[in-house]
Amino acid sequence: MADETPKAAQLLAKINYTPQAKQWMDVPVQIRKGMYCYAGNPKSLEYLGFPNARQWNPVEEDWKLPENWQQILHEGFKERLERFRSIKVFMDICVRCGACADKCHFFIGTGDPKNMPVLRAELLRSIYRNDFTTAGKLFGKLAGARPMTLEVLKEWWYYLFQCTECRRCSLFCPYGIDTAEITIFGRELLNLLGLNIDWIATPAANCYRTGNHLGIQPHAFKDMIDFFCDDIETITGLKPEPNFNMKGADILFVTPSGDVFADPGTYTCMGYIMLFHYLKEKYGLKVTWSTYASEGGNFGFFTSHETMKRLNAKMYLEAKRLGVKWILGGECGHMWRVIHQYMDTMNGPADFLQEPVNPITGTKFENAKSTKMVHIAEFLADLIKHGKLDLKPERNDNKILTFHDSCNTSRGMGMFDEPRYVIQNVANHFYEMPANTIREQTFCCGSGSGLNAGENMEQRMAGGLPRANAVKYVHEKFGVNMLACVCAIDRAALPPLMQYWVPEVQVTGLTELVANALVLPEEQERTTDLRGEPLPGMEEADE
Amino acid sequence: MNKFYLSSLLAVLVLALIAWVGAPALPWLFGIVVPYLAVLCFVVGVSRRVMGWSRSAVPFAIPTTGGQQKSFDWIKSNKIDNPSTKFAVVIRMALEILTFRSLFRNTRMRMTPEGRLAYNMEIFLWAGALAFHYAFLTTLIRHMRFFLEPVPWCIQLIENVDSFFRVEISYNPIQFGLPGIYMSGLVLLGAVIFLFLRRVLLSKVRYISLASDYFPLFLIMGIAFTGILMRYFNKVDLIAIKELTMNLVTFKALLSFKVPAGISPLFFIHLLFVSTLLAYFPFSKLMHMGGVFLSPTRNMTANTREVRHVNPWNYPVKVHTYAAYENEFREKMFEAGLPLEIMPEDSTAEEGKE
Repeated sequence: MADETPKAAQLLAKINYTPQAKQWMDVPVQIRKGMYCYAGNPKSLEYLGFPNARQWNPVEEDWKLPENWQQILHEGFKERLERFRSIKVFMDICVRCGACADKCHFFIGTGDPKNMPVLRAELLRSIYRNDFTTAGKLFGKLAGARPMTLEVLKEWWYYLFQCTECRRCSLFCPYGIDTAEITIFGRELLNLLGLNIDWIATPAANCYRTGNHLGIQPHAFKDMIDFFCDDIETITGLKPEPNFNMKGADILFVTPSGDVFADPGTYTCMGYIMLFHYLKEKYGLKVTWSTYASEGGNFGFFTSHETMKRLNAKMYLEAKRLGVKWILGGECGHMWRVIHQYMDTMNGPADFLQEPVNPITGTKFENAKSTKMVHIAEFLADLIKHGKLDLKPERNDNKILTFHDSCNTSRGMGMFDEPRYVIQNVANHFYEMPANTIREQTFCCGSGSGLNAGENMEQRMAGGLPRANAVKYVHEKFGVNMLACVCAIDRAALPPLMQYWVPEVQVTGLTELVANALVLPEEQERTTDLRGEPLPGMEEADE
Repeated sequence: MNKFYLSSLLAVLVLALIAWVGAPALPWLFGIVVPYLAVLCFVVGVSRRVMGWSRSAVPFAIPTTGGQQKSFDWIKSNKIDNPSTKFAVVIRMALEILTFRSLFRNTRMRMTPEGRLAYNMEIFLWAGALAFHYAFLTTLIRHMRFFLEPVPWCIQLIENVDSFFRVEISYNPIQFGLPGIYMSGLVLLGAVIFLFLRRVLLSKVRYISLASDYFPLFLIMGIAFTGILMRYFNKVDLIAIKELTMNLVTFKALLSFKVPAGISPLFFIHLLFVSTLLAYFPFSKLMHMGGVFLSPTRNMTANTREVRHVNPWNYPVKVHTYAAYENEFREKMFEAGLPLEIMPEDSTAEEGKE
């Protein structure tokens, strides 16, 4: 964590929810260290074929923009108003009632009034009114219009990368105005000028080339998985042999590559491997991984609709090439937003796949019959419901759990009870956080939509405040020591967040919990969990 | 003091002054021409706006899912907030439009001195908004009595339900009556004042408010206020007004171009306010009335993996194909024992051929 990041108490003391007694247009933007991410690497932009790839620095005066940048933005805006009814309607109908104001985690964590969702959208609306509406042209500032200037552009960039597209505000909006939609659109416009952040541009380029966000090449990807198999052997005495790029497998499995590379996601990854090993041994199910489509997470989603489509295309292409029946998706947030609401439209119809049926239970996944992709929590819930997994939940008895709903699987999908059902069947101690902070009202981890870089730690810790605050509550009330989630960004972002606000709480994926409880055929007696920590009652044996 | 609401207030006062001074001199302008133009502006403007929205594509199905999805029959799904059928969407939209359901969820966040965040139910905005809109609607329906002859029973029924404290003594020597007091008018004025005070007093809402937020509030305040004045305090000649309104609605006014004599200037202020509101409507945020029906986060089914949504402008994009990927990493994949489409030796042979 960067040294300059304020301590938790300082950060808390800094928050002031009363805005200056001015009108927002009169408050100039200040791009502050710790609150922004570094500019996109020009090589990454070039690799993806994005315009205006160059070295630039957000805190410098000159952003090295093309001469006609205002015109590019105006044209881009105009084109998208025709392409997206959402944008056109959302530009016109906001009444500024303020219901969304205190729903945003970035506003709650920073008190910066321009983090009120209504204002984030007004940043764009003010230009829209100026450029495209009669009232704006006639009455200017009185009608909330202002011309596009470099100042405004900087304000756009700063605040559009202080939104994690979590959609919490959209839930409360009487017209369903969705700031995620505004941010997606705004970032797409910024990309026309080569204005991106490196934590998005470089992973997007890497995903495009190697299939995963860190740019790990296929052989190294396989090495990582093999490495987990060694660890699994140490713990269970059994060495799984996962399939890679296997033609004729039953199911293609795609998960965010974050799980392959960083703790504690790696334990979730081990969980997947053990689950598939179990299903192969017990029921003969053939699941394959792919090194080509080795990234479920879609950094294109934070760039533009086109980039999202380009990255997402790999899943269907690979499923077709391998001739699998359907696709199983791992634990990830925005990956699931893309799969659930975009994939079939963009890259479908997937008529070369079969309507997904669980070959072990016979369950038809009716809700996935067109996209033909099933969430691992749905798959697990179905297996458990039919008693197909041999589980010892007591192995998780030293974990006092709560569950963090990811923004995207919540408000872009509605998957709430499947993961809870799974948790309650693989663990015995589970407590919910307060009602206003879970399920459809869940709070973001503060680092979503490509903001989990290192240089913006203050922003991340501030944005994660509401989530951490709710965890702290159940930690103090019920002794919760483990925060479960179904998202790879969460697994990367929540541990430092917990470290910062509630250091006693650790983070786990859902499938890690399942694998801890799962009894593999002919396994040795386990003494540790997947993390090498002694199992409950095995503290002695570990010595 | 805030220049945004001062300018709006000033604009409304100027409108009142114009009507006050101008109407007695040019009754045909304020009584016939302006209202007709306003209605025309409203109808054309609203239609153009709505058609403009409809012309824009809906490329993706992006409903905000506010409840459990439909997955297994043993998991209870939230049919309204995560609608998987068209019928459920209709219910969701109806509740949204008729009861402001999303706004009803509203909470107020506060931080305790110990740094704990708490979220409490916040019902006032919802209640104020609901009161405002329904009072406005009732008032609007009541006013239909000015445009219909005879007045239909349903409007009289609404008037009866809406009014209280009606006193009528029709004993021959004394004829005495007090008009019933309409709740809708009072509630409308009260709610609009509440919405205004909220904007001025809550620092966050003040920060985001524009002149175009204050202007319609003052205008509606003016409409309600002049309406109440005319009804209870400064009685106007209702017979003359009804003659005018009937002439307007039957287009007789266009032929005769005459405004009945004896109409108080107060009525013309009221009428100019209403005309301004109608003309201003299509160019303002008031279009939320139409827009709420077209919001893709609310009016789409959420069964997006079950039924494919079609994007009318979907176009092919450049993708990194498996072949290109294998070409780049073939040697390494081979050494790692990963399956290949083309073996390294074949690929060099093929390259040789080229």
